[in-house]
Amino acid sequence: MASVKETLTGPIFKNNPIALQILGICSALAVTSSLKVTLVMCVALTLVTAFANFFVSIIRKQIPGSIRIIVQMVIIASLVIVVDQFLKAYAYNISKQLSVFVGLIITNCIVMGRAEAFAMKNPPIPSFFDGVGNGLGYSVVLIAVATVRELFGAGKLLGFEILPLVTEGGWYNPNGLLLLPPSAFFLIGGFIWVLRSVRKEQVEKPDYTMASHTPLKEGV
Amino acid sequence: MSSNDSTAKTLLVAFILSIVCAIFVASAAVVLKPAQEANKALDRKRNILAAAGMLDDSRSVEEQFAQVSTRVVDLRTGKFAPDIDPQKYDQRKAAKDPATSQKLGEDEDLAKISRRENYAVVYLVEDPAGAIEKIILPIRGYGLWSTLHGFIALQSDANTVAGLGFYEHAETPGLGGEVDNPRWKGMWPGKKVYRDDEVALGLVKGSVDATSAGAAWQVDGLAGATLTSRGVTNLVHFWLGENGFEPFLHNLKSGEA
Repeated sequence: MASVKETLTGPIFKNNPIALQILGICSALAVTSSLKVTLVMCVALTLVTAFANFFVSIIRKQIPGSIRIIVQMVIIASLVIVVDQFLKAYAYNISKQLSVFVGLIITNCIVMGRAEAFAMKNPPIPSFFDGVGNGLGYSVVLIAVATVRELFGAGKLLGFEILPLVTEGGWYNPNGLLLLPPSAFFLIGGFIWVLRSVRKEQVEKPDYTMASHTPLKEGV
Repeated sequence: MSSNDSTAKTLLVAFILSIVCAIFVASAAVVLKPAQEANKALDRKRNILAAAGMLDDSRSVEEQFAQVSTRVVDLRTGKFAPDIDPQKYDQRKAAKDPATSQKLGEDEDLAKISRRENYAVVYLVEDPAGAIEKIILPIRGYGLWSTLHGFIALQSDANTVAGLGFYEHAETPGLGGEVDNPRWKGMWPGKKVYRDDEVALGLVKGSVDATSAGAAWQVDGLAGATLTSRGVTNLVHFWLGENGFEPFLHNLKSGEA
């Protein structure tokens, strides 16, 4: 059994859910155009993953194998609805910007993946920390992407002006592409590239290797 | 594990789990409902004040909204409809329901909204003596990707713009999305709506030439967003025109509303 520290910090760089497992890309594209919204999304996802793991793990010995996925979904969905209700009640503006993406945490592969892969086989406390760890792994990538997108796309961070825009009398001409979802693909791609250059063990073996060059021979 | 897979156990687990989750979700929804409703109302009021250019962050929204009165207008006659409760009337729903809206002909439908509701909720800003200072009207129309929902505020002469703002749209960020740019919105106050009883207010390509005769009716277009700009011009023309609030504004000025 891995230590608490290992379960907590492992998913951040060593086994990052977005960068290594390529899970949860959908919301990483959609909510990262502003840092503030991203932070709320990260907190929401971390809480849901942690508690979903915790509750699934508590009843893991009672769950019939035939309906285990449904049981996990019901637990995850209930938690997500409650989080959504809380946001609507206490952070209305942000919940308006997050719109459907809070609801879509239900289908976020990270939550489901951890419940199935970890919580079904481990006791509640380690499961809880595994959820927190994976939530943090997700958050690291999202915050990095959101920082770049908001800073260079809108010249702001957390709504405060950093680079004064040309349209508002400053000097910075923003890159509009960064405010559109596809830009997150490039940034996540760049993040994975950097990560795999540092940690070479994450590089996947190629599915095919090119055959070596055979020089042309004269026909006989 | 095998005992877990019996039919009885499967049904039992599914049943208990459903009950527990249902209670959990339902109680959260019930407990948080009042806070959510209050937020929604507050958000709407904030948008209305922002459109009117009256939003002052140092004072509470409720306090600022105290001088605003909410009224329902019958768009067919241009008069107030006192028998409809503005708190209960849902204008967006009414615009979709054939019983409470009317279909617009192709040449009438400038804003591409296809149906116009019979009743609209308007907001009147009154001074302590009860005289109207500003008139805030809801507007909406199609831009490039989405319907823009917003408010336009007029001064008491019903001809001078006091402010304009959109609270909901999905135009391209950085291009059409610049309808939210405070500098662009800042160009609206002081512009005139009607010239010879026709709606003349609209966006022009590029910047407005301040020396030209029409400058008082023109606002800078949004760079790189021709279709959003055209959409904004069209929706202003529609909602301040004869199928929109023009009859009401006439009646209001002559004191017959």
